[in-house]
Amino acid sequence: MSPDRLIYMANQIGKFFQSQGQDKAVPGIAEHIKKFWDPRMKRAIFAHLDAGGAGMEPNVREAIASLKQATALPTTP
Amino acid sequence: MSLIEEIDFGTPRSKSETMVTLTIDGNQVTVPEGTSIMRAAMDAGHQIPKLCATDMVDAFGSCRLCLVEIEGRAGTPASCTTPVMPGLVVHTQTERLKKLRKGVMELYISDHPLDCLTCGANGDCELQDMAGAVGLRDVRYGYEGENHVFAKTDGCTNDHWMPKDESNPYFTYDPSKCIVCSRCVRACEEVQGTFALTISGRGFDSRVSPGMSESFLGSECVSCGACVQACPTATLTEKSVIEIGQPEHSVVTTCAYCGVGCAFKAEMRGEEVVRMVPYKDGKANRGHSCVKGRFAWGYTNHKERILNPMIRERIEDPWREVSWDEAFSFAAAKMRGIQTKYGRDAIGGITSSRCTNEETYLVQKLIRAGFGNNNVDTCARVCHSPTGYGLATTFGTSAGTQDFDSVEDTDVVVVIGANPASAHPVFASRLKKRLRQGAKLIVIDPRRTEMVESPHVKALHLPLMPGTNVAVMTALAHVIVTEGLVNEAFVRERCDWNEFEEWATFVAQPNNSPEATAILTGVDPKALREAARTYATGGNGAIYYGLGVTEHSQGSTTVIAIANLAMATGNIGRPGVGVNPLRGQNNVQGSCDMGSFPHELPGYRHISGDAVRDQFEALWNVKLNPEPGLRIPNMFDAAVEGTFMGIYVQGEDILQSDPNTSHVVAALSAMECVIVHDLFLNETANYAHVFLPGSSFLEKDGTFTNAERRIQRVRKVMTPKNGLADWEVTIGLAKAMGFEMNYKHPSEIMDEIAALTPTFAGVSYAKLDELGSVQWPCNEKAPEGTPVMHIDGFVRGKGKFVVTEYVATDERTGPRYPLLLTTGRILSQYNVGAQTRRTDNVVWHAEDRLEIHPHDAEQRGVRDGDWVRLKSRAGETTLRAEITDRVAPGVVYTTFHHPDTQANVITTDYSDWATNCPEYKVTAVQVSPSNGPSDWQKAYDAQARHSRRIAPAEAAE
Repeated sequence: MSPDRLIYMANQIGKFFQSQGQDKAVPGIAEHIKKFWDPRMKRAIFAHLDAGGAGMEPNVREAIASLKQATALPTTP
Repeated sequence: MSLIEEIDFGTPRSKSETMVTLTIDGNQVTVPEGTSIMRAAMDAGHQIPKLCATDMVDAFGSCRLCLVEIEGRAGTPASCTTPVMPGLVVHTQTERLKKLRKGVMELYISDHPLDCLTCGANGDCELQDMAGAVGLRDVRYGYEGENHVFAKTDGCTNDHWMPKDESNPYFTYDPSKCIVCSRCVRACEEVQGTFALTISGRGFDSRVSPGMSESFLGSECVSCGACVQACPTATLTEKSVIEIGQPEHSVVTTCAYCGVGCAFKAEMRGEEVVRMVPYKDGKANRGHSCVKGRFAWGYTNHKERILNPMIRERIEDPWREVSWDEAFSFAAAKMRGIQTKYGRDAIGGITSSRCTNEETYLVQKLIRAGFGNNNVDTCARVCHSPTGYGLATTFGTSAGTQDFDSVEDTDVVVVIGANPASAHPVFASRLKKRLRQGAKLIVIDPRRTEMVESPHVKALHLPLMPGTNVAVMTALAHVIVTEGLVNEAFVRERCDWNEFEEWATFVAQPNNSPEATAILTGVDPKALREAARTYATGGNGAIYYGLGVTEHSQGSTTVIAIANLAMATGNIGRPGVGVNPLRGQNNVQGSCDMGSFPHELPGYRHISGDAVRDQFEALWNVKLNPEPGLRIPNMFDAAVEGTFMGIYVQGEDILQSDPNTSHVVAALSAMECVIVHDLFLNETANYAHVFLPGSSFLEKDGTFTNAERRIQRVRKVMTPKNGLADWEVTIGLAKAMGFEMNYKHPSEIMDEIAALTPTFAGVSYAKLDELGSVQWPCNEKAPEGTPVMHIDGFVRGKGKFVVTEYVATDERTGPRYPLLLTTGRILSQYNVGAQTRRTDNVVWHAEDRLEIHPHDAEQRGVRDGDWVRLKSRAGETTLRAEITDRVAPGVVYTTFHHPDTQANVITTDYSDWATNCPEYKVTAVQVSPSNGPSDWQKAYDAQARHSRRIAPAEAAE
């Protein structure tokens, strides 16, 4: 899916958790994306991270990186 | 089957717990203190003759028919206005009373037409019954004197006579049959709260008068039907009764319009509906109704209803009518073909929030178990998904905390981003009744809605700028915390104290004060402080909210902020308080409960949970996918991208109801198979390849769950006109796709739901028949359901406070788009209007109008009724302007009921951060005078006309 839209959505999630401090924000963002994004959306945002992750807020980037590490997504079904 | 006769006790039930014993006609009767003698007698099975009394309104004492004699008291008091007292000895039938009553009836009948045989109320007339009850055999006064009955007397015009008022499309007012009992006037005041009716004149000149002697349609009347229900004669009669005749049997069922979930008696003749009458025992509506449920059911017989399945290869082709089997195998081959070509996750479906729990459950089952993915969503995505997220986070359940009866114990009502008078009218009537008794009302809404000012109701109105809900909620919290109004005992006992302290520190920051945020919100800080103090200290405080809260980029944050407020003030866990989302569609609560969200199985359990999945896998005998599926907006994005190519949409018009229509059109056009399952060729069907005709709520069995979590039966009163109930259609499609589901009746589906869903464990059709309805959770702990939640503690354990920082939406006004558009509903129309536009309700609202402030209109040279162009970054449309100061300068407002306006061409892709619920309520726009439809509207209309063609059937050989 278009990375622009996903980056926008991820940053939007990031903004909600921002006021909770970085300790809570990073796992909060990661958990939210884990619970609510479909695999193709996760794959696309991981690919975008691998491609440099332009446009992602620092907390969001960290959250996506940690989620990517913890996730073993099925390849395209 | 026979007609369900509800006992009319004559006066309302007393709520007193003190009991009083008296003697009526030699029988000892014990009733609550405050009960009338009339009601006590009825309790004992003795019906005292009456005309002006009915138990939907307070006693009035005008007809003088219900007189009784009480030993030791002088005279013959009216039993409706005389309360019981201990030890009274009452006689309801004596020689004196018989004579008096007969005399009263003689007077009534001397001025009443004697056309009983051809009268619309024949067989259902209380005047006729009372004439019989008192043994009236003769009218000594004759019929020739002054009267209201005849148009002419002795060849001269009779000035007392008034013609029938047929202006209302659903009922007739025949003044010649009126006995001036005032029941209609009192029903309009006490039950509906509109005060549209009055008695004009005095003595013999007394007449029922809508408004200032206007027609019913021309008056303030909202056509709720309460007056018609109250009328004891044929004065106010449903036109359907006049046309068809009296019903012979009736069945209790649940309205298929809004989330209030009114119980109705469908009064029938054979398989023809004669009328829908609100059911007194319905616990959501308590015998009241609105114009939609009461009258607007004619769409079920509308000529545009599609009754045969249809298919086509390309959307440019005309439709071809086929058999069910051919439609199923065509659809199945397409969907399976897409999966082979693009992968298992390339198809999905949308469950209907208008269909039953059982039907919704089957659609999500088909998708999860039959399609093998979790690409299932429902219209709650675009309305109350933030409620699910917000309340689950803070309280631990995805639903409102109270029942509607709770409003009777409320002292302060806060209505946020909701206009119940339009969208949840029966609840609004119950709310207004409480407000007239003295409860206070605070309305937080950009518009001065009907709730802000209505007869005998004046709200404290905080007119905020669209998109600033979180700032206002946090400012309210700021006042509560900094002025020491927190209910600390409650918070310490019920909530996580550390999280509370973090939250309290955050809201107390000076930048969250009403004064500091006023520049964003536009709300007067003094009024905001007053509102906060009233809510925190005014007794039982209850918050009711609607889509004005959820349909924002910070929708979930606002829901959390509301929950924070309720916890901080201890307004949770007892009658009269709580957090109450007013759900939009009839079964949107149910469709969420039934696992319509892509990440949750029925009962709000995440799909990644192994234990939960195991349970479903064992019963369904399939392996489930543990990854969440696509949400509706994600489906559209994936379709445009080319990875989501087939969709099954049951009872939902996504093209008209979802935001940014051009994007939805692009998505639907990109798909290779769109299956629409609906009553009508809706807007989505213009892009569909398969059309499966749907059945109406009158044609099937099932259950709906309303906004109070109340599960109520929907009962079949006629054979499906399309041949199959919707649950049978889903089973047929599933079978063609190689996934067998075997149910003989929806009750078996409910049994499966109960077996798999802990909050539904105790629900069965037998229990619903026995109790009438139950509110989930209904299980071993609460076998009769749960009216009020979180009584001794929160479902999640400790209540969770979450910091809610205001983040401005990215949809901003600027020089090109200087106004903010917000959208909403109107009383007579429902959602996309597919049903209500196909009824006479169009007399009240034939088109969507743009409300604009006089100041903004003048700047643009727009006059009332002018055509204007409404343009946003997403698109443009035209509609007519209505100049009003209900909206503030800088804000414009419209409804989305009509496809030729398509308000959603204007709305954008912005959505709630947590749930992707679209930001319908804030769009930056420009308004300018216009000469006619936009190019987009013309192209849309041409495509729709082309797409709706149905090929003529081929002649038989």
